[in-house]
Amino acid sequence: MTSHAGLLLLFAFFVALVFATIAHDEPAQQLRVGARIFGGFVAAGLVLGWLMYPLPL
Amino acid sequence: MEPWATLDPVSVSAAARAQTVPPVAAAALAWALPGLGHLVLGKRQKGLVFLVAIPAMFAIGLGLSGRMFPFDFSQPLAGLAAVAARGIGLPSLAAGWLGYGQGVVTAASYEYGNTFVIVSGLLNMLVALDAFDVASGRK
Repeated sequence: MTSHAGLLLLFAFFVALVFATIAHDEPAQQLRVGARIFGGFVAAGLVLGWLMYPLPL
Repeated sequence: MEPWATLDPVSVSAAARAQTVPPVAAAALAWALPGLGHLVLGKRQKGLVFLVAIPAMFAIGLGLSGRMFPFDFSQPLAGLAAVAARGIGLPSLAAGWLGYGQGVVTAASYEYGNTFVIVSGLLNMLVALDAFDVASGRK
């Protein structure tokens, strides 16, 4: 689990869990929002990773 | 016996309990131990999530050779990282006393560990602010 991708997933999981728990009281809402935050983190990580792929030029 | 004397006691609701805890005390408890502020306010589910998730993230950061930076503001980013890492309260103090958080700069996971340690502290600061809001009746 010490690969970059594994740690990205772990980080996204914890941050999404805490953000969703802070933001909402209902477990269903927390789950929905948490999943969206988690997906956003992972997607942003992948997109930024590919954008930086050619660097250094 | 009068009828009113046989009524069952009504449990104190989370809202009523929130009004009995001063907001600053709730925030201080939440800072000291992640989740404690919400548990005191009767928000059991939230408190347990914070109690497990944030220290776990902090411990993973230390396990990844992350560092709790000293308060050295001659290097502003290191100083800010020190403040952020102490946002988790007692676990950061305990880790310092036990000799954890020295950081291993040569470890491949050093920067990952720093990120986990710093972000766990920042998340707990948010949790403390949330506890303050709940105790104030804003949420």
